[in-house]
Amino acid sequence: MNIEKILLIGNPNVGKSAIFSRLTGAKVIISNYPGTTVEFTQGKMKMGEESVMIIDAPGTYTLEPTCKAEDVACRMLGEGGLVINVIDATNLERNLYLTLQLLEKGIPVIVALNMWDDAKHRGINIDVKKLEENLTAPVVPVCGLTGEGIKDLVLRMPEMKPSKPFVSTDGQKWGKIGKIVEETQKLTHRHRTLLEILEDLSIKPFSGLLIAAGVMYCTFWAVRFLGENLIRHMFEPLFGGLWSPLMLRLSAFLGEGSFFHHILIGNLAGGGIDFSQSFGLLTTGFFVPIAMVFPYILSFYLVLGILEDLGYLPRLAVLMDNFMHHLGLHGYAIIPFILGLGCNVPGALATRILEERREKFIAATLMAIAIPCMAQIAMIVGLVGQRGGKYVAVIFFILFALLIIKGLILNRVLKGVSPEILVEIPPYRIPQIQAVIKKLWMRLSGFLKEAMPFVLLGVFFVNVLHMLRIIDFFSYIFTPVLTGLWGLPKEAVSVLMVGFLRKDIAVGMLGPLNLTTKQLIIGSTILAVYFPCIATYIVLIRELGVKDTLKSTFMMLVAALLIGASLNLVLVD
Amino acid sequence: MRAGESGVIWEIQGGHGLMRKLYSMGARPGKKIIKVSSHFWRGPQTIEVDNMQIAVGFGMARRILVAVER
Repeated sequence: MNIEKILLIGNPNVGKSAIFSRLTGAKVIISNYPGTTVEFTQGKMKMGEESVMIIDAPGTYTLEPTCKAEDVACRMLGEGGLVINVIDATNLERNLYLTLQLLEKGIPVIVALNMWDDAKHRGINIDVKKLEENLTAPVVPVCGLTGEGIKDLVLRMPEMKPSKPFVSTDGQKWGKIGKIVEETQKLTHRHRTLLEILEDLSIKPFSGLLIAAGVMYCTFWAVRFLGENLIRHMFEPLFGGLWSPLMLRLSAFLGEGSFFHHILIGNLAGGGIDFSQSFGLLTTGFFVPIAMVFPYILSFYLVLGILEDLGYLPRLAVLMDNFMHHLGLHGYAIIPFILGLGCNVPGALATRILEERREKFIAATLMAIAIPCMAQIAMIVGLVGQRGGKYVAVIFFILFALLIIKGLILNRVLKGVSPEILVEIPPYRIPQIQAVIKKLWMRLSGFLKEAMPFVLLGVFFVNVLHMLRIIDFFSYIFTPVLTGLWGLPKEAVSVLMVGFLRKDIAVGMLGPLNLTTKQLIIGSTILAVYFPCIATYIVLIRELGVKDTLKSTFMMLVAALLIGASLNLVLVD
Repeated sequence: MRAGESGVIWEIQGGHGLMRKLYSMGARPGKKIIKVSSHFWRGPQTIEVDNMQIAVGFGMARRILVAVER
């Protein structure tokens, strides 16, 4: 049989992405919570002489979608092709429902019985031969994380054949599943493991909140500790000792005052280079993303990766459910928020796990307004932190308060109610170092590839606009708002312009303006609120549609105007 | 049903969508469930079905009728 396209279909969090990455070698984010994959990813795999396209689809419980991520999976299925149905061996019964639905449609299916090793540890024995007979489709036990059984899976793919479509009611399906499970699965009793005791503790109200507070504190501490030390002991010496002499030589070669000197090196400070102030492409353009932001991105994603792979996030979602309902969301909306703390782009994409339009709108708007990304946080810590840590805390307090107030208002004003949480809580799994590092590497290289060009573009753009005196024109127009309302110098207009492109470099531009601490707080807060970066905005348009995005944009601008003005009134120098 | 108690699902009263989703997650009439935790102020309830935990909103949980084993 000639195979062209193969789809990976299965329930959420059964390890489709792990198998996909094993089959194709492609890099995809793998985590231990339902809803990691919200888009489909394509990859190619060699099968004999031919290369076959493999598609990793978001998880779905049934072929009747209940949210956008599931909808993506179901639509992919409609486009034809063969199916690798990934099922979780530790949860045979629930997974087989989708399998039967697939078989019912007559689609050629091969079943990958994933987490085979985990099932064995849990005392679950499955008779694979019997299961095959019952399903009339090939069944291969695999372990996506270690790669065990993947070869067999590929070898047996040619056995897939279309079956005759049939129709059965849900009742009949469940009856059949009950029979299959009874015939093929044997459970042996075993003792509860330490991890399982911890699972229960972290979802019970009292102990859960205590653990959550501990986890958050440790996360915060670890990110800060790692970030600060990387900067102090690695990146600052690197730039100061190696890059700086090189740049000075280049500066002498180009000659101060020349066009290229201005663009590449920027302004010298007392014959030396102040990397955070000079604003040349090769000086500040490199220093901000690499020495100021990158260390924090690294430490944040390292800690996040560990929490994701452990399976902690859904538990946090349950604990936060009550609180989130006040904002018109349910607990699982915490996932886009947490991802948004890393970068707003995956955060905006993750709103796909939410069921309703109202919810998606609220979550996306709140995230865009009040969740600063790690790049921006790093710069705020770097810049405002010089004036004292308490001022950094003030900014985060303001943003958090804004999140709550805005959420309360949206929940009141928008019609409809927030749906309730209904989510599977995965078992804890000890994160594997290799997997954590692989994921970290993907996210870091993603940052360097996608963020660096924008940062450099931003620096270039500002220099050119300055030279052409276009900035002066804009600052003239916006002076009433900037100076009158927000109490910022009119030069801050260029900061807001660059803020459309990238937040980190925009915050960095506040540095050379010689602002008072009050102005610095107002500037940083407004930068976070008034507009997300362009990359996030594009995703918002795609996810929410033009109309809702415009509504959301309007709210951002109003929020920025109000918060800036009230801070200007309330704060004292 | 209190946290720590177990029982058998008797009936799920709800719309078609809710029923289907709960069914496909393993919570069906006749299944044995354990209530793992319950959060205050009508917060989410965590139940365990077939070795798997599901967090269910309070309103939904109220529609899952369970014959509690004491």
